[in-house]
Amino acid sequence: MTTMDNLSVDHLTGIRDLTRQDIETIFTTADSFKAVINRPIKKVPSLRDITIANLFFENSTRTRLSFELAEKRLSADVVNFSAASSSVKKGETLVDTVNNILSMKVDMVVMRHPNPGAAKFLSERIPAKVINAGDGTHEHPTQALLDAYSIREKLGTVEGKKVVIVGDILHSRVALSNIYALQKLGAEVMVCGPTTLIPKYIHELGVKVEHNLRKALEWCDVANMLRIQLERQDIQFFPSLREYSMLFGLNKEILDSLSKEIVVMHPGPINRGVEITSDVADSKQSIILQQVENGVAVRMAVIYLLAAKVERG
Amino acid sequence: MEKQVILNEKQVELTLHRLCHQLIENHNNFSDSVIIGLQPRGIHVVNRLKKTLEQKLNHSITCGNLDITFYRDDFRRRETPIIPSATNIDFVIENKKVVLVDDVLYTGRTIRSGLDALLAYGRPQKVELLTLIDRRFKRHLPIQADYIGKAVDTLISERVTIEWKETDGKDQVILFTPNDNHG
Repeated sequence: MTTMDNLSVDHLTGIRDLTRQDIETIFTTADSFKAVINRPIKKVPSLRDITIANLFFENSTRTRLSFELAEKRLSADVVNFSAASSSVKKGETLVDTVNNILSMKVDMVVMRHPNPGAAKFLSERIPAKVINAGDGTHEHPTQALLDAYSIREKLGTVEGKKVVIVGDILHSRVALSNIYALQKLGAEVMVCGPTTLIPKYIHELGVKVEHNLRKALEWCDVANMLRIQLERQDIQFFPSLREYSMLFGLNKEILDSLSKEIVVMHPGPINRGVEITSDVADSKQSIILQQVENGVAVRMAVIYLLAAKVERG
Repeated sequence: MEKQVILNEKQVELTLHRLCHQLIENHNNFSDSVIIGLQPRGIHVVNRLKKTLEQKLNHSITCGNLDITFYRDDFRRRETPIIPSATNIDFVIENKKVVLVDDVLYTGRTIRSGLDALLAYGRPQKVELLTLIDRRFKRHLPIQADYIGKAVDTLISERVTIEWKETDGKDQVILFTPNDNHG
């Protein structure tokens, strides 16, 4: 029986705060949980004395389900909360809302919030462990972890791989978290999209920028196709979805014309026919559904490792 | 630290042979029985038992490994997390006779976790426990082994280590006693 180092953080607010060792520890643990969720009884009793609140101040299907399944498969008690049906609408502040929930003896909070920095803000003000499930356009750390984990699973390692993130980089928390995670693990990262959707100072993060999809795809081992986040776009960033799709949409024709076989990823939800065509999304090169499966294992690992730090009371 | 060899290479071999004969007495040709080793150190014992049993019976014996990390009762009571090992049970244990194997039986807590972990794979007809070394009178739980290589009386401050040819160069069981031990 050998032990590993604890995570260097008490909360998961962003990939930026993690060390490479932290990410490796999460992956090693996720390997074991992946085996657990593929057995007849997909549950372990580790967290039976832990209570977790899922606070979703913004819509989510996949992430919320994935977290909830991860929590239940660790035997934690789970309470769910969504902003639509809460006192937030009655004018209560975030800290008040959460402190009220914590009075009911909650050990960990998984939160999605439209404001960047909301998870960090909360983690500095409440005694519970906080996991960021997406804070506005800032970070979505568990998505980046499951993306990197899926690349590791498919290609054996992330180190030295070339990954292009295509699409709406400006509004994407998935892009920022992915850039941090992939770079920490030794991958090269490129972003590709219309000039208006690439943040002005992105090169300061050490990523390549390319505006030609074909060139980007020829360069990469993995293409992560992002959704156009129309709900976050208050002005028009490109003439039409049709034009975007023609210039930056991934279709079978481009994919087949490349000199090597690349891996295609998508964090979901997919807009079929916009950033990716159906035949590509359902092709053998696509690992979109594996990403979803790995999401549960990776989230189990994050929750398990943070729960190890919850004080017994 | 004072070092005392409890079982030397020859004695380890003799003991494993005896355990195999005892297993055959109860499980005949192992048609309904499987052997499962507890990770990480129980699997060394399983590998040896498997080899010897297969020589004696002339057919293969179904064996697996079980990791109990997520079933332990000391989660959040340890300073650092334990690295989980692989579980490898690619057969059905439903209605099988399972022989659970570990190297040293001490407090019984590992076996308790092992029983929990095992039941996640189905409902065996019967579960037995085999241990190479039984540190008697040190149990925290009412758990006893069905097959015992050697029973030893030890102090809590002492440590029993089993070394294997594959990993440590030599088969032997060693008892370590701290020098300043007066109890």
